[in-house]
Amino acid sequence: MSTLDATMLQQRRPIAAPLAIGALVLLPVATAMLCLSAGRYQVPAGHVFGILLHDVLRLLGLDPTAVVTATWTPTERIVVTTVRLPRVLMAGFAGAGLALSGAVLQGMFRNPLVGPQTIGAASGASLGGVVAILLFGFGLPVHLGAFGGAALALAAVLIVHRGDGVSPVLTLVLAGVVVGAFCSALVGFVTFIADPEVRLPGIVFWLLGSFAAASWPNLALLTACTLVGGGVMLAMRWRVNVLSLGDEEARSLGVAPGRDRVILLAATCLAISAQVAVSGTIGWVGLVIPNLVRMVVGADHRRLLPVSAVAGAAFLMAADTLARDLSAAEIPVGIVTAIVGTPVFAWLLRRHARGQAA
Amino acid sequence: MIRVEQAGHWFRPEQWLFRDLSFAVAEGEATAILGPNGCGKTTLLRALSSTLALKQGRISVDGIVGVVPQALRGDVGYRVIDMVLLGRSRYLGRFGAPGRRDLARAEACLEAVGIADLAERRYDRLSGGQRQLVLFARALACDCRVLLLDEPASALDLANQGVVLRLIRRLVRDDGMTVVFTTHHPDHALAVADKVLMMAGEPVFGPAATTLDEANLARLYGVPVRRVTIEADGERIEATVPVHRLVADAPGATPL
Repeated sequence: MSTLDATMLQQRRPIAAPLAIGALVLLPVATAMLCLSAGRYQVPAGHVFGILLHDVLRLLGLDPTAVVTATWTPTERIVVTTVRLPRVLMAGFAGAGLALSGAVLQGMFRNPLVGPQTIGAASGASLGGVVAILLFGFGLPVHLGAFGGAALALAAVLIVHRGDGVSPVLTLVLAGVVVGAFCSALVGFVTFIADPEVRLPGIVFWLLGSFAAASWPNLALLTACTLVGGGVMLAMRWRVNVLSLGDEEARSLGVAPGRDRVILLAATCLAISAQVAVSGTIGWVGLVIPNLVRMVVGADHRRLLPVSAVAGAAFLMAADTLARDLSAAEIPVGIVTAIVGTPVFAWLLRRHARGQAA
Repeated sequence: MIRVEQAGHWFRPEQWLFRDLSFAVAEGEATAILGPNGCGKTTLLRALSSTLALKQGRISVDGIVGVVPQALRGDVGYRVIDMVLLGRSRYLGRFGAPGRRDLARAEACLEAVGIADLAERRYDRLSGGQRQLVLFARALACDCRVLLLDEPASALDLANQGVVLRLIRRLVRDDGMTVVFTTHHPDHALAVADKVLMMAGEPVFGPAATTLDEANLARLYGVPVRRVTIEADGERIEATVPVHRLVADAPGATPL
């Protein structure tokens, strides 16, 4: 009895909210600092901090020289603010959006093996983007095409699966595989018919996917989509808890699941397609991060969603830094996330097969 | 409180699970639904909770309905207190999350069903009886006036069956709750129900004490059932005993 009481007391004590929020903010910020400092051209972390503080103060209209003295070289400044900052921020927002979407999809479909990629949304976004490039060229059409493609793919998966919450966990993943394979085939077809002089190089480059093409306009679009989509997902975190029990349970709790699900799916499509539009398909982040986070903070989406977002941001920033620095030539970041992600996925599959998955 | 008129349903076209079912439940009454497996008890309960649309007939239920399902599908890794908080969802709005008052209500509901000490445990690591009580608390947390329970005691040991039955009786007698529950135990119906609905062939609806007679029970289950009166602690308790004639099949055995 006494041990029971002790553990209960321990668990019952709420985590000091300011401390938790502080940790949540600190993790991506610290990771971003490290990523800005690391690379072929090493910039000391102190200089990175100084450069950022200097620029932020100047943006706010304050006099930076009163607080920081410029100990850095002009080259360091260019490397940090012009070369690395948009790229690191893009990786961060993309990672946050993917992990959030993955956590929401896993909750809504009551299935820990679901992710933006396994459910076909990412492939759909690729297809939409490729078709948009073929027909209209780069720019806004790619974003719209990616969003439309992701939405259509998700709808197709739901139709194949006829999701009623009763079907076994794996059928949903299989439906995702089917739709994903179909989309990939069509992507192949589009690249086959694309004009090799004009469109093909752009399409191939875009499909490879990387943050190397990071630019401020792309970052602005990604940030806007991630903030809107992610904001909706975070705001509906309790509803994800309700939906995770299944439609009938939700209805018996007085919640009509239909419209909530459409809103959440639209939000995930927005975040996923924005990521695909600016950086191509990056797998496994949305699948693996929520699962790892769930083991630490539990299944409650009130905690799972915000923690997944920051963990996803930190993970993808770190993965992208590895991708650009591991070898002389840059490795596509999707390869790094896949090398980390696939073993974890295999392990989750085994865990689930043994009926231990939470 | 609850009015069912000419209700009927099928899952395969024209293979009626039940049809032309009519009954009414008054406020503060407990009603037990009895019937063999597959006769549509759970389906009727789902219709009462508006999670299923019937193929025929009309159902009206006044007031907020709380539901205690048989069991939750899949693993549910939420803490017990969060499970109970889910009962508050109808009051929270699309972008809302439970606040301090919801938490206080959820804790009071856990207290009411006697499992306040389980609040921080994970739901999927509880025993069947404990889970049943958590779902009970969750239903109460939605401040319902009508409580629907699907075989609330069927997966429980004898002691936990007693806990659940006492809880139902207390909610009806002390709080004036209207309760409808399905059960395979005529004894449970006799113990807590004012009315019974027997769903086999021609449905029978009436006061529990008189409707649960030997003829009706035998017709319901296809097994002879005896009504007996037991004296326990100076109290007369009505009970039923099914007469399973298993020994009669054995060669050379004396028929019972």
